[in-house]
Amino acid sequence: MPRSTKAKPADAAAVANPAGHREHASFPPVVIAEIQRAAREGIYDIRGLGAKRRLPTFDDLIFLGASISRYPLEGYREKCATNVTIGTRYAKKPIELKIPITIAGMSFGSLSANAKEALGRAASEMGTSTTTGDGGMTEEERRASKTLVYQVLPSRYGHDPDHMRRCEAIEVVVGQGAKPGGGGMLLGLKVTERVAGMRTLPVGIDQRSACRHPDWTGPDDLEIKIAELREVTDWDKPIYVKVGATRVKYDVALAVKAGADAVVVDGMQGGTGATQEVFIEHVGIPTLPAVRQAVEALQELDMHRKVQLIVSGGLRNGADVAKALALGADAVSIGTAALMALNCNAPLFLEDYAKLGTAPGYCHHCQTGRCPVGVTTQDPKLEARLDPDLAAHRVRNYLSTLVLETQTLARACGKSHVHNLEPEDLAALTVEAAAMAGVPLAGTDWIPGRGGR
Amino acid sequence: MIEVDVEALGVRALNERFHRLPPETNERLWKITNPKGAHALAVGLDRTLTIEIEGHVGYYCAGMNKQAEITINGHAGPGLAENIMSGVVRVKGNASQSAAASGRGGLVVIEGDASSRCGISMKGVDIVVGGSVGHMSAFMAQAGHLVVCGNAGAHLGDSIYEAVIYVGGEVASLGSDCVEKPMTEKHREKLKQLLASAGLSARPERFRRFGSARQLYNFKVDHAAQY
Repeated sequence: MPRSTKAKPADAAAVANPAGHREHASFPPVVIAEIQRAAREGIYDIRGLGAKRRLPTFDDLIFLGASISRYPLEGYREKCATNVTIGTRYAKKPIELKIPITIAGMSFGSLSANAKEALGRAASEMGTSTTTGDGGMTEEERRASKTLVYQVLPSRYGHDPDHMRRCEAIEVVVGQGAKPGGGGMLLGLKVTERVAGMRTLPVGIDQRSACRHPDWTGPDDLEIKIAELREVTDWDKPIYVKVGATRVKYDVALAVKAGADAVVVDGMQGGTGATQEVFIEHVGIPTLPAVRQAVEALQELDMHRKVQLIVSGGLRNGADVAKALALGADAVSIGTAALMALNCNAPLFLEDYAKLGTAPGYCHHCQTGRCPVGVTTQDPKLEARLDPDLAAHRVRNYLSTLVLETQTLARACGKSHVHNLEPEDLAALTVEAAAMAGVPLAGTDWIPGRGGR
Repeated sequence: MIEVDVEALGVRALNERFHRLPPETNERLWKITNPKGAHALAVGLDRTLTIEIEGHVGYYCAGMNKQAEITINGHAGPGLAENIMSGVVRVKGNASQSAAASGRGGLVVIEGDASSRCGISMKGVDIVVGGSVGHMSAFMAQAGHLVVCGNAGAHLGDSIYEAVIYVGGEVASLGSDCVEKPMTEKHREKLKQLLASAGLSARPERFRRFGSARQLYNFKVDHAAQY
């Protein structure tokens, strides 16, 4: 059962407040509800998705389209390339992606098999990669995915050298944006016989997992660990290191020093299948400053474009993608948005949202395994609501749209490759975003914090 | 027997040579000399080879092993036989931290002592230690057996799932949710079998058995202090 029923349409408060009573700024209804839930249950709230609070985002940046001082590309005639190669530093077999948008790691267990299959097929059709997750690789996703990134996680659930040999790239997961410094969680309803079998756990328990890797600690060990993974796979495959965005400059620099081919930086908007709400909302930095800090770290080491940077954490549309690339990312990764393309939070099966105490547009109850639209569930009846053919088609359409939008913006800035977008093409709408992204406040040449200003 | 000086050949070339052996290979007996603490030696093997390593090894020796029988005539660094799937890895000396971490099958024998976190996150491997193990051994151990002929350090079996621990000597302290359980005839037989397969001659009568109290299997307010 859901622990919380606090997600309500925004106008509910107004309906309940016809007399215009003054709302308490520190104790609005949502805060009061949480205090009373905590008082009732005596344990923190666990939920899915990423930070819901208002944050500085890519929406606070705009592109400076071409005009007299720059000239644009013809939208329908002149090529704007989108390909990206990952793993050029050490891997014998770098991976070639047709688009700079990949599917982020999400576990089978957290997601249904149909959801994993649909993501894999959509990514393959678009010429991009998808990623495994905690609990290992399923045959369905291996079959569905032309380019599959295999995660090495702290829990090592289902970790199998044969799967490592069968993937195209390896991602050492140190942390994720939703919970940098936290371990995995999967509540009992989702620990079915198949999931428990893959993870060597008793069926139906609330899975606790480690937040640290069992066999290495710190950057010096990580370097040796990466070398071991390379030795096991004969130096063929690119090795990524994924971190949740916190002390980004140090973490990216240390990942590079440890020998990563690519670094994945996941901002605090990045999603999760189940994590304490306090963790999701209060740990980590937003994706916007994380990109800039990661790029700076790479530039200081003269490794920008040599070690590829993949950015994730709440990206939603082609504008977000284009802005992340303009700030210096080589590719982006999407998770939550891809689930929404699958049908997450779609207005279907309304009675099942109601049973979870929520409504379409507000649902974040992935942790319950009762996903009304069959995406984050292990229940066969619910999973059957997600037709993998139709779902794959929707995700493919969504990815196509992201690419077209990204190209539209790149062409407007006169770029023949999306990687030619640069910070100079951007301006910020808020002082905060200007400082975080390191681009001038629109209409000024002021970047707060630069040059002593 | 094929003898390889790994200092001369290099770890990478040696591992590649192992990986390229066809299933029907006749090159089954190997002696590796001059390891000199090299990391990631004989990792990712998947053939029925018998390998003797003459000297000390660094991190992750025999990592993710399948099928091979690897003996180290020396000491081993951290992460020995990490995520072992099958086969046998034996250390004649001591092993550093996280020996057999997340191992899913096979047998790891440490004739000397093992350091902290021996058997951390183990998932089906059998580990037999002739000497003692350090603190936090069998942390979050999910399945398999850890046999310690000597003593166990603090917080043994913290947050343990379904793995079974046998200790012949003293236990400094037990971790959260790890409890002593009765030694039945069935358990003594299993222990005898594990000691025999490890080739160690400890008396099964003096061992005690530890496992999960299963109180942390579902989140409960009453156990908040243990999380």
